[in-house]
Amino acid sequence: MTLTQPELVPFEQALTRYEPVMGLEVHVELNTATKMFCGCPTTFGGEPNTHVCPVCLGLPGSLPVVNGKAVESAIRIGLALNCEIAEWCRFARKNYFYPDMPKNFQTSQYDEPIAFDGWTEVEVDGETYRIEIERAHMEEDTGKSTHVGGATGRIHGAEHSLLDYNRAGIPLIEIVTKPIFVPGGKAPAVARAYVQQLRDLMLALDVSDVRMDQGSLRADVNLSLRPHGVTTLGTRSETKNVNSFRSVERAVRYEVSRHAGILDSGQRVVQETRHFHEDTGTTSPGREKSDAEDYRYFPEPDLAPVAPSREWVEELRATLPEPPAERRRRLQAEWGFSDLEMRDTVGAGALDLVASTIASGASPQAARKWWLSELARRANEQGVELSALAITPAQVARIQALVDEGKINDKLARQVFDGVLAGEGEPDEVVEKRGLAVVSDEGALSEAVDRAIAANPDVAEKIRGGKVQAAGALIGAVMKEMRGQADAGRVRELIVEKLS
Amino acid sequence: MSVEITRDDVAHLAGLARIQLDDDELDRLGQELPKIIESVATVSQALEGAGEVEPMSHPTPLRNVFREDVVHECLTPEAALAGAPASEEQRFMVPKILGEE
Ligand SMILES: [Zn+2]
Repeated sequence: MTLTQPELVPFEQALTRYEPVMGLEVHVELNTATKMFCGCPTTFGGEPNTHVCPVCLGLPGSLPVVNGKAVESAIRIGLALNCEIAEWCRFARKNYFYPDMPKNFQTSQYDEPIAFDGWTEVEVDGETYRIEIERAHMEEDTGKSTHVGGATGRIHGAEHSLLDYNRAGIPLIEIVTKPIFVPGGKAPAVARAYVQQLRDLMLALDVSDVRMDQGSLRADVNLSLRPHGVTTLGTRSETKNVNSFRSVERAVRYEVSRHAGILDSGQRVVQETRHFHEDTGTTSPGREKSDAEDYRYFPEPDLAPVAPSREWVEELRATLPEPPAERRRRLQAEWGFSDLEMRDTVGAGALDLVASTIASGASPQAARKWWLSELARRANEQGVELSALAITPAQVARIQALVDEGKINDKLARQVFDGVLAGEGEPDEVVEKRGLAVVSDEGALSEAVDRAIAANPDVAEKIRGGKVQAAGALIGAVMKEMRGQADAGRVRELIVEKLS
Repeated sequence: MSVEITRDDVAHLAGLARIQLDDDELDRLGQELPKIIESVATVSQALEGAGEVEPMSHPTPLRNVFREDVVHECLTPEAALAGAPASEEQRFMVPKILGEE
């Protein structure tokens, strides 16, 4: 099959002819101490095959036992997504031939998920969109394969593969939406907002570390297009393991453009899995889905069914954090943010960071200012999420406190951010080591002001004549002499005192 | 009860099980599989006249068998890899993986 690759259609242009329909599947790795069915630790990054036992290696005669904490987390996630909790459900074996599971099957849930029929609401540009949740089910992660030989560590051309089963058996919750119908132009942002909200929700529930960089939250983006006015769904592509919020947004945009190109040229979209490439923002074909993909699920005979009592479910419901939409409304009122300020904060994925910074003592406006300007810029430069920056909300609050105490000014604060982000220690240590404290020696300051007045007689004359706004030039001169380490407000006061 | 198994069905099943079958085998299994399915189906006769009987996946009435979330001792990598036909860099070594990407 050698069809010519159709041209991509620009996103906006595609939307004039087609309506995108999305489905999102998000895998969340739970933060339990042990694996789903055995007591091996879940800690990240151990030496190969050091977190394995007869159960997770699938050795003959071993028997799995369900991690009760993982079931509890699954139920809480389901409840937080307004799902029904199954009265009774079983695990199932998903059979396939691929060596990432030593058992030759993955233990999952098939037609009896622990949670189903839920919903959640996300906000984009001040509009609320309701996302219907199909199901949330329990399963286990797979091992890690390394392909040896061949060009780029990929399967093609590899001589053989090496398997590390440390990750095999780590508890996962897979959360699947129903088809999402939103105005096409909003689809990428809604997809991003949904994944971002799931991340926030998992943190609030304290069920996962949700580190996208370590793969503890991974999104699959399913997308199809249909011509406007058509009610049946088009053929979808499934873009796997999209590993940042920004990538979720880009993957949706790219697939809309790609599908539109295929449909415009009269070709058919192939149902297949695709890989997303962070560097180019494009996707490439993976496996084609065919009838050969038949996992022959059957109930796992080695694990007893899970039948959570209604009492237990209600006990867990009582432990739920505030729903995200209500929390956003409450925080906005508490912080006195305008709609626009709140929208920007949520959109930047900074809500929890700002909240923690305020909890550590900063004012709401100061917390917002640092995260959305200085730190957002740095995150952008590094191409990472705000939460991945090497600075904590407590440190941001401390830097603001140093400003409030008059020890540093905003300009020096930026250098303190540099220092903290470069791993030079706590804010106070950075101030100390870099010698950043503002000069509070009144004598030195007064002399510097005198020198600035003497060097700029014209400006001084204007100020004497009542043009106080001209003081800026003198303040600049003083700040330059003091290498930025002066309190600009105090400098202005001194100038006005001396020239009135 | 008679079940029809086409040659394509047999080829599909063989594909799923990663078993290579030649033409003779496909033909022979196409004849044999219906008989196997029929004899297994006699189990369903046990339900006749038994009233409402739920299909059973588990032979015991056990429910909610849970484990505490407590770390146990793992195998050493040497022990874990002891039964592996081949290993390299403390990892299980498997032959070239075909037909996947
Ligand atoms: Zn284990």
